[in-house]
Amino acid sequence: MKTLKLSLVLIAFATITAFTLKNTSEGYKIGDTATDFSLKNIDNKMVSLADYDNAKGFIVIFTCNHCPYSVAYEDRIIDLDKKYKSKGYPVIAINPNNPAISKGDDFVSMQQRAKDKGFTFPYLFDDGQKIFPQYGATRTPHVFLLKKENNDLKVAYIGAIDNNSHDATAVTEKYVENAVDALLEGKKPAIDYTKAIGCSIKK
Amino acid sequence: MIKNLTILLLALTFTCCKSEPKSSTTESKKPVKEISTTNIDIEIIDYNGLEAILTKNDDKTYIINFWATWCKPCVEELPAFEKLYETYKDKHVVLVLVSLDFPNQLESRVLPFIEKNHLKGKVVLMGDPDQNTWIPKVSSEWSGAIPATVIYTKNKRKFYEQSFDYSTLETELTKFLKTN
Repeated sequence: MKTLKLSLVLIAFATITAFTLKNTSEGYKIGDTATDFSLKNIDNKMVSLADYDNAKGFIVIFTCNHCPYSVAYEDRIIDLDKKYKSKGYPVIAINPNNPAISKGDDFVSMQQRAKDKGFTFPYLFDDGQKIFPQYGATRTPHVFLLKKENNDLKVAYIGAIDNNSHDATAVTEKYVENAVDALLEGKKPAIDYTKAIGCSIKK
Repeated sequence: MIKNLTILLLALTFTCCKSEPKSSTTESKKPVKEISTTNIDIEIIDYNGLEAILTKNDDKTYIINFWATWCKPCVEELPAFEKLYETYKDKHVVLVLVSLDFPNQLESRVLPFIEKNHLKGKVVLMGDPDQNTWIPKVSSEWSGAIPATVIYTKNKRKFYEQSFDYSTLETELTKFLKTN
């Protein structure tokens, strides 16, 4: 009986450890230092976060063309950029999908969509899909709010743009806006992690 | 807050059957296709409705699949779920397909999709917009990406944020059937 108990404890321990290990390899948590990148923008120029000397941080959004949830948020993403770029938090959009298996998410379609919608922000292509796994993005849209601290980029918020993807007029909590406002006031975001339905990233 | 949207043009007898199959009879009635195209009953649920689906306490095995018509990998794996349900429904297996389509696209997208693909599993539409509240209640492991699936009995529960093919799905289901 004792052996049984011991083995149960061991199994429980192994399970917990397995999950902990799994989580650490699944991208950033709040407070982690985010990596910079050099990705091709729709204007064919390479963009890095280091290019933005005057930025206080970044609203990095993994999004794409084909996903209805991304499309539902396009206007709200443009509004975020318009509101916060001048305050030091520009939007950086990244398409993480593999266009070979995600129809409509190829580079030319990205250029077209950005033009049609009048994107005011860079729309980068995660060529080779190296960046989104480091961040731990799993779906589109998926926001990572970064704050410059000394020479590092600290992750300050991860999650959804707001609490109603279906209907922009029915939103009652603007997660990203609240988080950026908090950072601008030198505070920590009250809500720093949210979940939302989105399209799985196509690998 | 549960809204029952019934698209009803004909026979009420049809709408009564939820998950327990009259499917053999509907199969044999294939010629009268027109009837089934006007006769789908979809419930738009909020979290309370979803919770009820996720916490049945009987002797059945429940497969709850989160999908949407616009989600390519979801649509690709639906036939595996349907086939599994057809194969195992006599072993007290219940399939519920929780659509995450936008509620305003129920009539334009979801109903036509169900008709076209002759879905046999019960379909409900999750209309609760407060995803940050209800996603963690489905599973703390769920990031919110779909497809996602829960398989459970009253004694056991497992969450999967992944796509399934038939054999992988059957393997997982079998683990639950053995415990019953």
